[in-house]
Amino acid sequence: MLSPELGHYALALACILATAQGILPLIGAQRRDRRVMMLAPGLAVGQLLALLAAFVCLVNAAVTDDFSVQNIAANSAVSKPLLYKITGVWGNHEGSILLWALILGVCGAAVAAFGRNLPSALRARVIAVLGAVAAGFELFCLTTSDPFARVWPAPMDGQGMNPLLQDPGLAFHPPILYTGYVGFAVPFAFAIAALIEGRVDAAWGRWVRPWAVAAWCFLTCGIALGSWWSYYVLGWGGYWFWDPVENASLIPWLTGTALIHSAIVVEKRESLKIWTVLLAIATFSFSLSGTFLVRSGILNSVHAFANDPARGIFILGLLAVVIGGSLALFAYRAPALTAGGLFAPISREGALVLNNILLCSLCAVVLTGTMYPPFMSLLFGRTISVGKPFFDATTIPLAIPLFIFMGFGPMLPWKRAQLWPVLQRLWLAALLAAVAFAVFTFGMSGILPILCSALAVWVIAASVLDLAERVRLFRMPLSGSFQRARMLPRSIFGTAIAHAGVGVTILGLAAMSQAQHKIVEVPIGTTEHLAGYDWTLTNVTQEPGPNYSAMVATLEIRHNGKIVTIMHPSKRSFNSQNQTTTEVSIHTNLLADLYGVLGDKHGTAAAPTYVLRLHYNPLAPWMWLGALIMATGGMLSLSDRRMRVGAPRRAKPSSNSVTAA
Amino acid sequence: MTRKTRRLWLVIACVACLGAAAALMLKAFSSDIVFFVTPSQVAASAPPADRTVRLGGMVVAGSVQREKRGETPIARFDVTDGQAAVTVRYEGILPDLFREGQSVVAVGTMQKGGFVASEVLAKHDETYMPKEVAEALKKSGKWDPRFGPPPSATSWNSMTVQDAKKGLASSGSAPLPASTGN
Repeated sequence: MLSPELGHYALALACILATAQGILPLIGAQRRDRRVMMLAPGLAVGQLLALLAAFVCLVNAAVTDDFSVQNIAANSAVSKPLLYKITGVWGNHEGSILLWALILGVCGAAVAAFGRNLPSALRARVIAVLGAVAAGFELFCLTTSDPFARVWPAPMDGQGMNPLLQDPGLAFHPPILYTGYVGFAVPFAFAIAALIEGRVDAAWGRWVRPWAVAAWCFLTCGIALGSWWSYYVLGWGGYWFWDPVENASLIPWLTGTALIHSAIVVEKRESLKIWTVLLAIATFSFSLSGTFLVRSGILNSVHAFANDPARGIFILGLLAVVIGGSLALFAYRAPALTAGGLFAPISREGALVLNNILLCSLCAVVLTGTMYPPFMSLLFGRTISVGKPFFDATTIPLAIPLFIFMGFGPMLPWKRAQLWPVLQRLWLAALLAAVAFAVFTFGMSGILPILCSALAVWVIAASVLDLAERVRLFRMPLSGSFQRARMLPRSIFGTAIAHAGVGVTILGLAAMSQAQHKIVEVPIGTTEHLAGYDWTLTNVTQEPGPNYSAMVATLEIRHNGKIVTIMHPSKRSFNSQNQTTTEVSIHTNLLADLYGVLGDKHGTAAAPTYVLRLHYNPLAPWMWLGALIMATGGMLSLSDRRMRVGAPRRAKPSSNSVTAA
Repeated sequence: MTRKTRRLWLVIACVACLGAAAALMLKAFSSDIVFFVTPSQVAASAPPADRTVRLGGMVVAGSVQREKRGETPIARFDVTDGQAAVTVRYEGILPDLFREGQSVVAVGTMQKGGFVASEVLAKHDETYMPKEVAEALKKSGKWDPRFGPPPSATSWNSMTVQDAKKGLASSGSAPLPASTGN
C-alpha cells in the first residue's frame, strides 16, 4: 500500500503542485484577481499533504526493512533499533533533502493557515515565493537524489548506519536545525513579496518578525544540540570545532539575530527597511548555501557524511537562481522603498543599528574564515586550514563591544536618548560586573576569559535590572510590582530572558577555556588526581551489545574521600562496519562536568594498561543551557499578544505608529 | 539630527566595525593560518619551530611505537607521502580510526627531533582519504585514481613511480582490501 512508488509519485505530485503554487498566485496578485490568489492556500496545503505522503512512504520502507529501496539498503540494517530506523531516514543525503522539502512545505501551509489577517495580495505572493523555492528542491530531489530509487537484486540485509550517527542527540538534531534553516524561508518570502509590491511598512515588520523569531529559536536549539552532540559523542572534550559545517549554521544565526533586531526598528519606527529586507534575503541565502555547499562536498569537513560532487552542479544552479535572482530583484526594487524616520545615534534605534553592524562584522569574519581555505586551494593550489586560533583572535574582540552594548540597549528610549540616566540606572549591574572581574582574576587565567565572564555578569545583571526597573521592584509594594509585571508585554520578558541566556552561554564558554585535562596510560587499580577529584580505574570488562562488542571501564570518582560517581566510559567495536566508537561518560552537577574517555588497551595480556583521558569542564552545561534560555525568551516574545494578533489592515505608510514600549 | 548627520554616524560606525574586523582578520591570517604540508615538503625545508602546520600522509605500516613516560602514553609513527617520511610524536589517545597504512593528518610543529603533534585526525571510514593526502599522492606520481584504489602504504617508501605503474598493470587494484561499501 505505502509502496516506494507511491512515495515517488507523491513527491512528483508535490513538485507539480509547488510549481503551480509558485506561478499562479503571483499572476493573481499582479492582476488583482481574487479567485486566482485564493488558490495559494489550497495549493500550499496540497503540496504539504503530498510531501507528507512521500515522507510516510519512506519511513514505512525503513521500518519494514524494504532493502529493495537503495537508500534504505545503503543506510539501514535489520539489526538496527526501531528508533534509528525512523531517524535514519533523515540521516543520509536523499532523506535529508526530502525532510528539507517537507519542512518547507510545512512553512508554506503555516503561512496559509496563520496568515489570514495578511492582505490577500501579500499572502498570495509570500506563498508563491515559498512554492517556487520548494519546486526547486523537489526537482533536485527527483532528478539527482531520488530517495525511492530501487535496487535489483535486493540485498538480504542493509549495510547499516555509520555508528556515530546511532545516537538520540543526532537523531533529533537535523529536524530541529533544518526547521531553523528552512524557517528563514518565510522572512525571505516576505522580503521578496515586499520587493515585488515595492512597499515595506510597520505592518510588514510586525508580520515578518514572528516568523523570523520562530526560525531563530529553532536554529538556536539546533546549533546547541549539534554542539552538545559533538561534545558527548565525538569524545574529544571540546564543543565547537570551527568546522565548515558548524560555521554554516552559525553564519545564518548571526544574520538571523541581526534580522530579528532590525525588524523591531521597522515595526516601531519604519526605519532600516531596505536593510531589513536585505538581511532577510541574506539569512536565507546563507542557510541555503550553508547546507548545500556542505552537502555537495565543496567544503570538506568531518561532518559531511554525504559527499557527491555530481550533485554540485544542480545545487550551484539552484543557489544561483535563488540568491542571484533575489539580489537582482533587490537591486532593481530597493530604491523604490522610501526612507524611514529619523533618530539620533544615541537611541534605541541607534543601539539596534550598532547591534546589526557588530553582528554583521562577526558574520563577515566567520564567513571569511570559512571560505578562505577553499578559495585558496581553488585559486592558488595552496592547502591551508583555519581553526580555533584564527576564530578566537577575530571573533572575541568583535563580540566584546556587542556584549557591552547589549546591557543598556534595551533601556534606551526610542528616537532620542541620554546616555547618562541609563548608565545611572545600571550602576548596580556595572558594580556587579566589576566585582565579578575582581573575583575572576583570582580564579581564572587569561585576560579574555576573565573579561568575557565579567561581561556575562554585566549582561545578565542588566537584563534583570531592566525588568526590575519596569515593574518598579522595591519602589512600590510588591503587589503593585506584580500587577505591573502582569501588564508588561511578554516581549519585554522575552528580550530580557534571551539576553540573560546569552550571558549564561558566555559564562559557560569563558569557563570552558579553563577546562583541565589529563591523558594517562595506567593499569587497573591506579588513582589519578585531577581538579581536586580522585579518579580510580577499578575494572575493565568486555560486554556484548546488539550490533557491537564493548570494552567497558569502571571509574570511581571521589572528592575528599567521598564517592561522587561511578563512570562507565567504553569503547565499542562494530562488527559489520569494522569501526570503533568511543562512548564518553559524563557526570555533571550543573557547575562542572566530569568527563571520562577510555582509549586503547596496551601492555601485555598479563598486565594490561589502559589509556584514559580525563576532563574537568567547568560550567560546560551552561553553554547549552544558555541557548535553551535564549530560545525560551524567543518563544515567550512569540506568545506576545502584539505579535500574534498583528494589525488587521495595513497602517498608512506615512502614519507614525510608535507604540510606547 | 538631519538625514545627513545620521548617515554620517552610520558610515562612521560601519567603517569602524568593518575596519576593525578586517584588521583582526589580516592579523590572524598572518599568524593563525595553518598550512598543510607533506612529508617531502618538510624534508625539503622544515617549517619554523613556532609555526603550527598540518602534516598529512599515510601511516607507514609497522612504524607505530608506543611508550610511556611516567603515566603519559606517547605514540610515535612515521607519516609518508611516498617520497619522504617524517616521524611524528604524539602524547595522547590516537583516534578510533587511526590505523597503520591509512591516511592521517597530524597538527603540530616541526621540532629538532621530529614532528610533535598536538592533535591527530583520522577520518570517518577506512576507505576515506583526506583530499590533501590524495592530492599529494597524485602529485608524487605514485597513485592515479583512474586506475583503482591507492597502493598500500607499506610499499610507498621503497616504491618508485615505475613500480607503481607495474603494480597497477599486473595486479589491478589488489594492494588495498576491497572497499566494504560503507
